[in-house]
Amino acid sequence: MPTNILMPALSPTMTEGNLAKWHKQEGDAVEPGDILAEIETDKATMEVEAVDEGVLGKILIPDGSEGVQVNQVIGIIVAEGEDVSVETQPLAEPHSPAASEDPPPPAQTQTTEPPPKPSALPVEVDYDGETVRSTVREALRDAMAEELRNDDRVFLMGEEVAQYEGAYKVSQGLLDEFGDKRVIDTPITEHGFTGVGVGAAFLGLRPIVEFMTFNFAMQAMDQLINSAAKTNYMSGGQMGCPIVFRGPNGSAARVGAQHSQCFASWYAHIPGLKVVSPWSAADSKGLLKSSIRDPNPIIFLENELLYGGSFDVPTDPNWLVPIGKAKVVREGSDVTITAFSIMVGKALEAADALASEGIEAEVIDLRTLRPLDTQTIVESVQKTNRVVSVEEGWPFAGIGAEISATIMEQAFDWLDAPVGRVTAEDVPLPYAANLEALALPQVDDIVAAAKAVSYRN
Amino acid sequence: MANKSKRAAAKAPKPRKRAAKSSKTNGAGAADLQNTSESLLAFYRDMLLIRRFEERAGQLYGMGLIGGFCHLYIGQEAVVVGMQAVIKETDAVITSYRDHGHMLACGMDPKGVMAELTGRSGGYSRGKGGSMHMFSTEKNFFGGHGIVGAQVSIGTGLAFAQRYNGEGAITLAYFGDGAANQGQVHESFNMAALWNLPVVYVIENNKYGMGTSVQRASAAEDLSQLGAGRGIFGVQVDGMDVEAVKEAGSMAAEKCRAGDGPVILEMMTYRYRGHSMSDPANYRSKEEVAKVRDEQDPITNLKSLILKRKIIDEDQFKEIDKEIRDVVSEAADFAQNSPEPDPSELYTDVLVEA
Repeated sequence: MPTNILMPALSPTMTEGNLAKWHKQEGDAVEPGDILAEIETDKATMEVEAVDEGVLGKILIPDGSEGVQVNQVIGIIVAEGEDVSVETQPLAEPHSPAASEDPPPPAQTQTTEPPPKPSALPVEVDYDGETVRSTVREALRDAMAEELRNDDRVFLMGEEVAQYEGAYKVSQGLLDEFGDKRVIDTPITEHGFTGVGVGAAFLGLRPIVEFMTFNFAMQAMDQLINSAAKTNYMSGGQMGCPIVFRGPNGSAARVGAQHSQCFASWYAHIPGLKVVSPWSAADSKGLLKSSIRDPNPIIFLENELLYGGSFDVPTDPNWLVPIGKAKVVREGSDVTITAFSIMVGKALEAADALASEGIEAEVIDLRTLRPLDTQTIVESVQKTNRVVSVEEGWPFAGIGAEISATIMEQAFDWLDAPVGRVTAEDVPLPYAANLEALALPQVDDIVAAAKAVSYRN
Repeated sequence: MANKSKRAAAKAPKPRKRAAKSSKTNGAGAADLQNTSESLLAFYRDMLLIRRFEERAGQLYGMGLIGGFCHLYIGQEAVVVGMQAVIKETDAVITSYRDHGHMLACGMDPKGVMAELTGRSGGYSRGKGGSMHMFSTEKNFFGGHGIVGAQVSIGTGLAFAQRYNGEGAITLAYFGDGAANQGQVHESFNMAALWNLPVVYVIENNKYGMGTSVQRASAAEDLSQLGAGRGIFGVQVDGMDVEAVKEAGSMAAEKCRAGDGPVILEMMTYRYRGHSMSDPANYRSKEEVAKVRDEQDPITNLKSLILKRKIIDEDQFKEIDKEIRDVVSEAADFAQNSPEPDPSELYTDVLVEA
């Protein structure tokens, strides 16, 4: 059975090349793996190897030919004993569906289904059980302790999480209760231990990886994005990565530019991740528990300045807060303010100030940034017709930019004013106290923005 | 400099030390040292399958049926086949993007692997991963990773989970000489040594990280000793000799199972093809490649040994060759006829449904 030898491509973009030299001549025996010929382009040369055995029956494109089209038949291999002299015509191209089809169109919306609408989110059950006053710090620790008790696969690893009990004392008491098998001090090697956590998750454990702060997670960005977020997709759903990365995000106080950054929009950009950023202690506990139970990689952004804040927290260990659901923390009819993490507190202060001037603000704590609860935002906009987005991160391509675009797409006709954005100033965070205050969003900035979209001075 | 590296590379696959005899630690391992006729034939088949598969993959790439990056394993077959012979089904394997050989050695179906290369729905990742991103949790093969060195930290995490679960399983974490200089590899060595993780780091030293020779990239000459400062035992192994690989692998696996991990094995090997399909490999001479092919080819040399021992004759080799070629042809046909993924697959598997 004669076999065609086709002009190969060196790369997907190559369309033609030169046939530099035949290494076999007509009539030569050929074994799989034998080098048949050399082809070249202006950039590279490559050897063509035989895949089938037989005899090189006919050379159709001689040495030194230029401009040979890819997939053109350059020679024919026949079986031993077959008469080579009769094989003078190139055989018909073998049918190959992918090669004969037009190149697939680029991934654009007209050829693909729109993204499915997020399924109905579980409704947060109103809790009327027992509560206890606790700090965000304690609530996070209690969430981890309950889930460590609940599931042997859960463990905590990170720098200073065990013997030191956390650089910010979030893991107090965990080593004592759970031992060093499950509460593990790592060396200062974010890239390495993030990969270790991802590998452990691939094998079915449920790691909680603490970053002392998310500033240091930049060292581990490849493992977070390329390994944790993408592998389930690339494996056709075989390799889920149930892992929580948590730690303080955003600016603390006077620690300068390298230790003061909000990464919310960085992670929220990535398909395959869920991004959670709570404000209250109750939400910190309920959302961290949901995150540990979730089968996906979760980026859980805390805030150092909130750790000491006290809130009423449900004591029921089965109480959870659903990921992907925002919360209206203050109802109002005049303007919607969206915020997350530490900015929720500032937004509530701003709402008080606005109320004294006759403007009733509705404050939404986003709580989860990916998937974003657009339904709650849009419903609020339909009521207030005005929006201010507040975040501690920078303006360019920030969470506010995404919210603004979403409202434009889904609630354009309800808007009475352009969406307002309150963000950090577009500079690395300065150290000097006065400059730092100028660079970060303050209550007065939120008040001013709310008045601006309300056309009030 | 170029001369030096070429000379060194051409004769490089010589182990500096032999692996410790595994007979010292385990009786079963000692029996395994005398490879039976059956196991030699199995090695031959497994290595030949990889070679023929890769040649066909190269051909399909040339025809435009395989896209993107495609890194062939031709020349290095003895490493993965020898190592696979020392592990159990419950052990884990992870490697880089030069992964086709590892998948075949793990027992993954050549049809599913080839169909992933062509980006079809019959592929292991249903066409969504490609050559560099393939996995089989069923076969404990954890990829298939496209970023140089990333699989080393992840593999260390697999070993962490194995120790955590206490089931006695081990991980083979493969990487190349190029990855050996990545920071996270050394971070992983440190943690694995600190926590005595059951991981065998298999460095496939094929002499070049893409176009840069080991001599131009690494200040350390002996990569097997990269963990020495952290107390990690390491040896260089003739990675062109499947029996030597198996012997060293057996020693390393037993150390890991005994709680004396991790271990580093530096496999002195060679890739005949360029780094990827689009690499013309101008950084080395044709003579260098030809010399390794002629003198050290793992498949040719094993065939000679089998003939010398009169285990089978030339006619029987022809039968094996035909069987293997049929398997590869079947895989290639499947990979070309399997349909492209349905457009609805675009949005599946982004997240795991809770």
